[in-house]
Amino acid sequence: MPFQGVDFYDTESLFAEDERAVRDTVRRWVDEAVIPIIGDHYVQGTFPLHLAPKMAELGLFGANLPEEYGCAGLNNVAYGLIMQELERGDSGVRSFASVQGALVMYPIYAFGSEEQKQRWLPRLAGGEAIGCFGLTEPDFGSNPGGMITTARETADGWVLNGAKMWITNGSTAQVAIIWAKTGALDDPQSIRGFIVPTDTKGFSAKDQKGKLSLRASDTSELVLQDVKVGRDALLPKSGGVKSPLMCLTQARYGIAWGAVGAAMACFAEAVSYAKTRVIFDRPIGGFQIQQARLADMLTEITKAQLLCVQLGRLKDRGSATPEQVSLAKRNNVDMATEVARETRRLLGANGILAEYQAMRHLANLESVYTYEGTHDIHTLVLGQAITGLDAFR
Amino acid sequence: MKIAVCIKRVPDTETRIKIAADGRSIDESGVKFVLNPYDEYAVEEALRRKEAAGSGEVVVIALGPDAAQETIRTALAMGADRGVLLQADARVLDPSVIARALVAELRDGGYDLVLFGKLAIDDYHHAVGPMVAELLRLPCVSAAARLELGDGKATAEREVEGGVEVVEFPLPAVLTADKGLNEPRYPALKGIMAAKKKPLEVKPVTLEAGGLEVLELALPPERKPGRILGEGPGAVPALIRALRTEAKVL
Repeated sequence: MPFQGVDFYDTESLFAEDERAVRDTVRRWVDEAVIPIIGDHYVQGTFPLHLAPKMAELGLFGANLPEEYGCAGLNNVAYGLIMQELERGDSGVRSFASVQGALVMYPIYAFGSEEQKQRWLPRLAGGEAIGCFGLTEPDFGSNPGGMITTARETADGWVLNGAKMWITNGSTAQVAIIWAKTGALDDPQSIRGFIVPTDTKGFSAKDQKGKLSLRASDTSELVLQDVKVGRDALLPKSGGVKSPLMCLTQARYGIAWGAVGAAMACFAEAVSYAKTRVIFDRPIGGFQIQQARLADMLTEITKAQLLCVQLGRLKDRGSATPEQVSLAKRNNVDMATEVARETRRLLGANGILAEYQAMRHLANLESVYTYEGTHDIHTLVLGQAITGLDAFR
Repeated sequence: MKIAVCIKRVPDTETRIKIAADGRSIDESGVKFVLNPYDEYAVEEALRRKEAAGSGEVVVIALGPDAAQETIRTALAMGADRGVLLQADARVLDPSVIARALVAELRDGGYDLVLFGKLAIDDYHHAVGPMVAELLRLPCVSAAARLELGDGKATAEREVEGGVEVVEFPLPAVLTADKGLNEPRYPALKGIMAAKKKPLEVKPVTLEAGGLEVLELALPPERKPGRILGEGPGAVPALIRALRTEAKVL
């Protein structure tokens, strides 16, 4: 049976016809192509790369970027609904699209030359090239400004050296956006972005082994050893740590929606299970303790949905702030993790099986809680916004 | 190749239908409406024919309320070129009334092929396509599962009880699509955006009187929930007993 959505507050009426049409297309595709296979990929620890061509054909990559570069030119609410539906399938599938769109295509769009945009964006939108985003390093996660990857200018280009960690799509990608310091190591303002084809000599990627979360996703470590690229590899309009953080704001915006999708999937599973699982001669949904669980889930999902819609409208108006995005990412991922955990518990022993979705979503969301700005860092971002006092610098 | 596809806005198959207070219509509040699934096959077939021919036009036509514009735009998002809404506020339940309104639009359209879904999932009439063919004096192939177009003529296959019927017919013709005719595409995101800019003409129509009146609608009786008698081979005796004594099917 196709997914019916969770909509207690008639949020449907807040969406325009084309926004709903986009959502319904992705919803249907996720039901047919993702849900039936994702559990096996998760258990095997493989990313379902065969989905990429269809995702490209549907227009899911960089869908909020302009049509002149081969993208769908959607507004941010429609883009958010795509992320919601993808993550309803799996956080790994949403991450794949998030990285391609918000962390690879967006920086080329925002900081690239016209020539770079013409060259890369249509290929990335069409799925002919898959991209990854190299910012985080083994010792620099929440503090990207401290990075030690360097780019040194030579007579005919740049030489990059360093290592990047926790890189989604790292082993799959044909192209990497690498952030490196062009100046002194204590100068975060010298951070620039580079477009690096992954078959460049000295570039290697290694799959991160032993993950208990995001198992249906490629997470890799990148090593750059004397990687030589031409002058045209530099993203000319990138400058300072602010540039990669702008990309992360784009991705976090999608995550806020994606988390709602994961929570909706879990809630639907919880409701269905509660109504059919019979213990003490009646469905467990008739017991107050499960009803309290379901009531809390529905309440939190509803609040998160409304948060997303308004954030999306603000973003379309051009007035959404990074702090508002932080609030939504922080709240919604925490909410979704909680919904997944409570669903896992409501399902009893069955809840630990891959046949059900809850524990897969729960394990995934623990990563989402930590990546793209940890929950704690977003707490401090909000603390700073409230008090004007900086707690982490 | 100029192809018309007649489509209908119907309640989603997953919708829980409620009967309105008048007892003769459904309560549409909160009901999600979709493009009739059989019409999706018709739209897809039209698009494939146009793509194979390399040129032509696919026109989607719907009779219905203003909200049916959304259904037309779904077909436009799939790739149809333009839409026509024959706007009628009342929900028309008489297929002959619908057929006559469509014929008025189709007659001078110069279409090589007029496609329908074989039935609308809300009323299950199977009737509008053949009626339109009759009124236009065109050959009609109903429930086609395969179509091959030739020069001025075509062949189609129909899945009949226990076999396949192959029919040949001259064009222009009316064809109603069965499941299996093709695999309908999803409206891609670019298609959805492009659909907003495609022409959609709204023509208010005055419907003629029909000969059919709906007296009453009723929901099927509620089915009793199933019962699990046990698991594995151990449950077989209890199952046989229940089938004999309760269901009385053995």
